[in-house]
Formats: sequence, structure tokens, C-alpha cells
Amino acid sequence: MSLVKKTRGVGDGGLAANLGRRLVLIVPYAWLILFFAIPFLIVVKISISVQRDGRPPYEPVFELADGFIGAWESVQKFSMESYAAIYADRIYGDAYISSVWIAALATLCTLLIGYPLALAMARAPRRWRSLLIVLAVAPFWTSFLIRIYAWIVILKDEGLLNHALISTGLISEPIHIYATQGAVLIGIVYSYLPFMILPLYNALEKQDTALVEAALDLGATPFAAFRQITWPLSMRGVIAGCLLVFIPAVGEYVIPDLLGSDEVLMIGRSLWDEFSTARNWPGAAAVATVLLVLLLVPIVAYQRSHLQTHGAAR
Amino acid sequence: MKPRFSFGMIAILLAGFAFLYVPIGLLILYSFNASRLVTVWGGFSTRWYVELFSNAQLLTSTLTSLEIAFVSASLSVLLGTCAAYALARSGAFAGRTAFFALIYAPLVMPEVITGLALLLFFVAIGIERGFWTVVLAHSTVGMCFATVVIHARLAEFDMTLEEAAMDLGARPIEAFWLVTLPICAPAMVAAFLLAFTLSLDDFVLASFTSGPGSTTLPMRIYSQVRLGVSPQINAISTLMIATVAILLLVARLLTGARAGK
Repeated sequence: MSLVKKTRGVGDGGLAANLGRRLVLIVPYAWLILFFAIPFLIVVKISISVQRDGRPPYEPVFELADGFIGAWESVQKFSMESYAAIYADRIYGDAYISSVWIAALATLCTLLIGYPLALAMARAPRRWRSLLIVLAVAPFWTSFLIRIYAWIVILKDEGLLNHALISTGLISEPIHIYATQGAVLIGIVYSYLPFMILPLYNALEKQDTALVEAALDLGATPFAAFRQITWPLSMRGVIAGCLLVFIPAVGEYVIPDLLGSDEVLMIGRSLWDEFSTARNWPGAAAVATVLLVLLLVPIVAYQRSHLQTHGAAR
Repeated sequence: MKPRFSFGMIAILLAGFAFLYVPIGLLILYSFNASRLVTVWGGFSTRWYVELFSNAQLLTSTLTSLEIAFVSASLSVLLGTCAAYALARSGAFAGRTAFFALIYAPLVMPEVITGLALLLFFVAIGIERGFWTVVLAHSTVGMCFATVVIHARLAEFDMTLEEAAMDLGARPIEAFWLVTLPICAPAMVAAFLLAFTLSLDDFVLASFTSGPGSTTLPMRIYSQVRLGVSPQINAISTLMIATVAILLLVARLLTGARAGK
């Protein structure tokens, strides 16, 4: 069976080249199936298993080696216990809703900060641009944790921000930001900003500035030119950037753990606690499965936005 | 009238980059603070750096993290180049959409889900967790980032160049080696750096997939941060930033010099 359908007449260099072409596809494909797709099936499988004491801490379900009769027996042992627990305990529902809310708010803030920045970068003189890109991406190089740590130092009640504000006399009492939802929001915006800037910049940099030029020549105000040309033409970047921030932010663990408090509910933390503190692997797997189902629509939308950009062309 | 690069835009750039860099700048500044308190400036001192180099655990973890980052970034670029080339060159094939889905899903998947999935996978097939399981986890995510970076470059580039080379008698492998690869090289360097960074940064995937002997630097830092703020963390982050700044500079000089000619 041929996996690669040749669409071009050029470049068929015989058997070896064909084999090479196929390997180039098959190796990464197989890798992702093995280390990404199959692990998710295992998550689903374990989510319907029952917790137990031991190693591993779940009852085995469904082994291929068991054959048909064994498989049927294990199907009868499928348990919806973990899902029932998620449904029954309000804290999970609240955590899902609060995660989506915080992530949406953070995405909006990131867009509001990232868009002007990306636009300014894209309109900067050409010789500056590669440097600006490096500057926008470079904060990644500091460990993510360290950047969150920097905000702990800044936002704490006795931290640098309050220290500065009090010593300049602007406030007399420290503002409580640390260990609130606001701090989590700042942390997400700060860490994910480059993820927003890059797709925006890519979309904006490709735009033909002659279009805006023409609009301005024809008497459009700069704002009208922005609203009718720049913004709609950058829509792909906006969508890609927003999804790139929103989806991982919903499941964020580190930021709410370090900058939030127990009152800032986020599902990534619930999953982690279920896994490491409660040592309830089926429970954690069920939380993950529900989260995945929740994120399925945005993830598919994200993939489609890319498929439209690159997929159809080649 | 040309849309100008105005002072307003310069102000936006300055404000934006200030937001990105001031927290990091403060972190570096306070790594040279003599006082243990992070908010009180007690004079210039390098004592935290001295303490750092006597912290054997931290040094071992740093080495582990660098090794993992190097191996997984190399694998990421290798796999990513293959995947990007396949996406750009081989037209329609069965399961193309599925391949696309597999490339783009790990980019946005919350790390707790990917981490848990990989952990359960390793347990299910009975692999002992350690150095290599972390490498596998990082390579899987890293290759997807690498694919996107390299594919963006390949999609831009005029594929008739490669066809021309072959029409002029180059074998496909020669056309790839002499035409495509040099064009991709800057993207491959960028992809390597990106994958390296992601691996060096990662806490969540590593905590799920590492074993007793392979505690990474972010895992050490995390446990320290949870215990409380310590200037030693500032010191190690300053060293990491310095290393990386030098790396970025070298990479930029290398690719910039080639592009300039």
C-alpha cells in the first residue's frame, strides 16, 4: 500500500529516493502515534479502571493478550466510578468553569498587550526586525519557573511593588495581589505573551503595507485603515495567537500553584493533586479525559486554522 | 502616504519590552544583593554565586538538564525536519489531516495532560522512568515545535528551485543537500534553540516522566521556590540567562553572517 501519492512528475529518482521520501514521513508519523496518540488511549483506558493500593495503583483493565474472552471479561469490569466522582463533587465543576474563565480573561489581556506590540514590531524598519523578534522570544530562555518566581518577588505583600509604592507615598497599605486570581492572571499574561506576539507578527509582517498606504491616500483615517484593512487581514494571526494562549492556559498548573492560593481553582491543579497527593490515578485520568473533551473544539479549531494556512497549498 | 513607523510605535515597543524585561532585570539585580531579604538592598555581593557552586545537588541537576535538553533538541530537529519536509513536499497522502492534527495538538495540549498520558504509557509498557523517558517526552513536544518552525521556512521557499536543480541533473538527495538544506539551515538552528529552551524550562513533563536519578534543574528550583524565596535562585537564573544570551548571540552571528552575504 502506498502511503505517498505522487502528485508531481518531477523528482522521481528511482527506488531509493522513493524509500527516502516515505521514511521522511513514516518516522515522525510513527513517533507521534507511539508517544502521543497511544498514551491518550491509555489515559482513557485507565480512567475507567478502579483505584487500588499497589504498583501501579489501579486495577488492570483490558489486555490485548487476554484474547476475546479475556477482553469481554474486562469489559464487564469497566468502571465509571471516577467520572461519577467528578460529576458528584462540585469542586471539579467549579474548577473547570473557573479555569476556562481565567484562561479567557488572560487571553483577552494578552491580545490587548500583544497586538500593538506585534504591530509595532512588524512596522519597524526591516533591519531592526530580526533583533526585535529575538527580544520578544528571549524571555523564554529564562526558565519559566524563574519568571514566575520573579513575579512572586514583585507581587508579595512585602514585595518590590508594594515596597516601591509605599516608599513613594502612593499607598500606605500594601495591595494584596499575590495569592489572588489577579496574580495568576498576570503570571499567565506574562508567560504566554510571546506565544501571542509571534503569530500576530507573522500575520502582520506579511501584509502589504501598500494597502494601508492606498487607504490613507484615499482619505481614510488611520483608525479606519486599521479597522478595515490591518485588523481583518491579521485575523488568522489573532485566532492562532488566542488559541495558542487559551488552550494551554486552561490546563495551567505551575502558575496557579505558585502565584495563586487554594481559592483560585484551576483544573490543572486538581489533576495534579489527584495524581500526586491523593495518588488516585484513575481519578486523575478521568479529570484529564474530561478536560481533553472540553478542549477538543478549540484544539480542532486551532489545527484547522493552520491547515488552511499551509495545508491546502502543498 | 506611507504608514510611518511613528513615535507612538516606539513607545509601544519600549513599554512592551519593559514589561517583558523588567521582572528579569530585577531578578538579576537582586542576585547580587548582599542581604537575604529580596526587597532590601544590602549592597553588592557575590556570596549567592559562591554558595551556588557548593550546592552539589543543584550542579548535578543542571548537568542532567543540559544533557536532556541537548539530546532532545537534536532529536526534535531531526524528526521535525523530516516531518516538515514530508508536509511540504509529498503532496496529498493518506492520513495527511491526521498527521497535521498530531503535529499541532502537542503544541497547545496542557502539559499536565501530556505528562500524565506519557507517565501512564511508560508504566503500562513497563519502562523504568529516568533520563531517557524525559528525553522521549521532550522530543515529542519539541519535534512539533521544530516542524512548525522549519515548515514555515519551507512553505515560503520556492520549490521550483529544487525542481530546477533536479532538471539540471541533481539527484533528489543532492538537490536536498545543496539547495533545500542551506535554505532551511537558519530555521533548523532556530528550531534547535527553541526545543533546547523548552526542554531546559520544562517542569511539568519532567516531573511526570523522570525517575529517582534524573531530577532536572526546574524540578530542584520548583521545590526551592515552594519553600520560599531565596537569592540562590536569583543567582542560578542569572547564570542561565547569561549562558543563553551568549548562545543566542553566537547563533545570530552565525546565521546573520551567512544571510548577509
